[in-house]
Amino acid sequence: MSGTKLSGRPMLYTSYASEMALLNTTTKKVMVGLLLVFGAAAPFIFPDAGGAGDSPLDINLQLLANACIAAIGAIGLGLVTGYAGQVSLGHAFFLGIGAYTAAVISGTDRTGRLVGYGVDEILIWLPAAGIVAAIAGIIVAPLATRLRGLYLAIVTLGLVFIGEHFFKELTNISGGTNIGRPAPTATLFGVRLDVTDPNFSRDQKLYWLAFVLLVIFALAARNLARSRVGRAFNAIRDRDIAAGVMGVNLARYKTVAFAVSSFYAGCCGALFFIVSGFFVPEAFNLELSVLFIAMVLVGGAGTISGAILGAFFFTLLRPVTRALPEYVPFISDVSSESPNVFQLETVLYGALIIVFLIFEPRGLFGIWLRIRNYWKAWPFSY
Amino acid sequence: MTEAVQILSRGLGIGSVYALLALGFVIIYKSTRVISFAQPAFMLAGAVLATYLVIPLGFFAAVPLAALGTAALALGVERVAVRPMVGRPAFTVAIITLGVDVVVRVFASAFIGIELRQVRDPWGLKSTIIFGTEVQQRHIAMLVTTAVIVAALYAFFRFTRMGLAMRAAAYDQEAAMAQGISVGAVFAMSWAIAGALAAVGGVFAATGGGSVEQTLWIIALVALPVIILGGLDSLLGAVLGGLMVGVLQELVAQYQQYFPEWMGGNISVITPYVVMLLVLLVRPYGLFGTREVERV
Repeated sequence: MSGTKLSGRPMLYTSYASEMALLNTTTKKVMVGLLLVFGAAAPFIFPDAGGAGDSPLDINLQLLANACIAAIGAIGLGLVTGYAGQVSLGHAFFLGIGAYTAAVISGTDRTGRLVGYGVDEILIWLPAAGIVAAIAGIIVAPLATRLRGLYLAIVTLGLVFIGEHFFKELTNISGGTNIGRPAPTATLFGVRLDVTDPNFSRDQKLYWLAFVLLVIFALAARNLARSRVGRAFNAIRDRDIAAGVMGVNLARYKTVAFAVSSFYAGCCGALFFIVSGFFVPEAFNLELSVLFIAMVLVGGAGTISGAILGAFFFTLLRPVTRALPEYVPFISDVSSESPNVFQLETVLYGALIIVFLIFEPRGLFGIWLRIRNYWKAWPFSY
Repeated sequence: MTEAVQILSRGLGIGSVYALLALGFVIIYKSTRVISFAQPAFMLAGAVLATYLVIPLGFFAAVPLAALGTAALALGVERVAVRPMVGRPAFTVAIITLGVDVVVRVFASAFIGIELRQVRDPWGLKSTIIFGTEVQQRHIAMLVTTAVIVAALYAFFRFTRMGLAMRAAAYDQEAAMAQGISVGAVFAMSWAIAGALAAVGGVFAATGGGSVEQTLWIIALVALPVIILGGLDSLLGAVLGGLMVGVLQELVAQYQQYFPEWMGGNISVITPYVVMLLVLLVRPYGLFGTREVERV
């Protein structure tokens, strides 16, 4: 009898394990199953980017792939900021470390200008990028264990500036300001994923790669969050001294939080530019960190689904703002005129952070919870 | 000797800009227990406003007016975006100010436009001879202005009712409230003062014949290492920290060529952040900050 549930009694759990299960209700099982099927089938539903006669508002596969990749990074930040409560403004720094590790391992040294070892296999450069970033995270972690709250936020903000400086200066790794270098080449078991072949297009294959990786990373994060480690994170977030008194090893778990978060950031950074194929060192600036903070907070801090929602929300918001000049005449799409779409986009990030924090601190996920609870009890209001 | 005086004057000049900005951060922190990441935006907004006012009014009228304007802007922001969050975790409010910063900065840079926007300060790149060394006038002006402002702030906190109220609220908010102090007014006042200080800092950062650029706000972020060095809640620490960081930055810039090549040019840009990391590893509450008493 233990572990099984009586049908028609959805809230009745007969064991701790069944309550803590990944998918603890039938509805969740069905919905997640449907979502996975839809996600896997997306390449047959949505078109490749740059198809003939598509409007910028159409959702294409490149956009979805980018959203999946951004979601991996957002989950990472969600773990350290949403679960463990350690405010990190340094996510862009770890993203950069991952991106350059991957680019160095996979890049080719065609001109003698850039360092590159030409190992294209994604199973090598992706974990390597994650691990190098995680090591950077562990190096930073001693600061995190000594500092609390806003002090930590400022220190991690400093990291972004230090990182940006070195990314720009180490030109044999990054290519230098405004020049940049190609993104890592994605090859899985000898199959190039970044070229169109007779069976599948480049966008389809890259999307699948991003989608499968997102599922793996999300599952891993969700499992971590419901384990002993995840509970320790929550205890530290809610009151770190109390957590310490209860026997949570603060230094150890804060280090773990930073390491895991940086690992996610490193992997996200390695993949972040494979769709566009090129990146410059200026990309890893404070705005990128703020964008990820916005994803986590607008999506819903302290939940994995929230981080994914936030990443998709902000990535899919971009084509909407880019399409605005067509409909709103006074907004320009040239960056030298103002008001232009790029300014509008940045204002939107900022405004959305403010609006969500004031009116719906639980983010998009909170809105979903409210809708769900409303229909659960429908037609009764409680 | 010549070199030392020059480094010192440049460092103290730019350091006093940092000190002004850091003072803003600290004043807001002391009264609201929140770091306002919106300071860079106010700095940019103040400098841009000054470039518009300077043409009809002249420099010496434009700067105080720009400071007042920015103070009004900061007041508005506090009322709309920060006041509703009273009592919420400091982190949440800090992130809101980050959002405010992004929004205000975009609007401020939109007003820069494509032409050159100068603050038209009377000093430009002119210099005078002090101790037999050429010293740029604007650096002296910065230092003197900051000294005057710091003295004025001291007098304000020491001798006025509002200053007393602000000190009381910073010491213990609830007790101050029970004594009839309007804590809301204290919050508003601290944001206004910080906005005005940021505007003056912004104008000075743009002096010397340069123009106000969108990247000006980066300078304001240097004030963050400064307040960390000085301690979040120490006004004296903010001023001393600012001057120290300024001099240190100029020292590093001067001896740039002796640093290893892989560190790249312009290592002085990140010096404040590196120093901050090192200091925090040794003293987690800064050089002058008070250690928090932690209760569960």
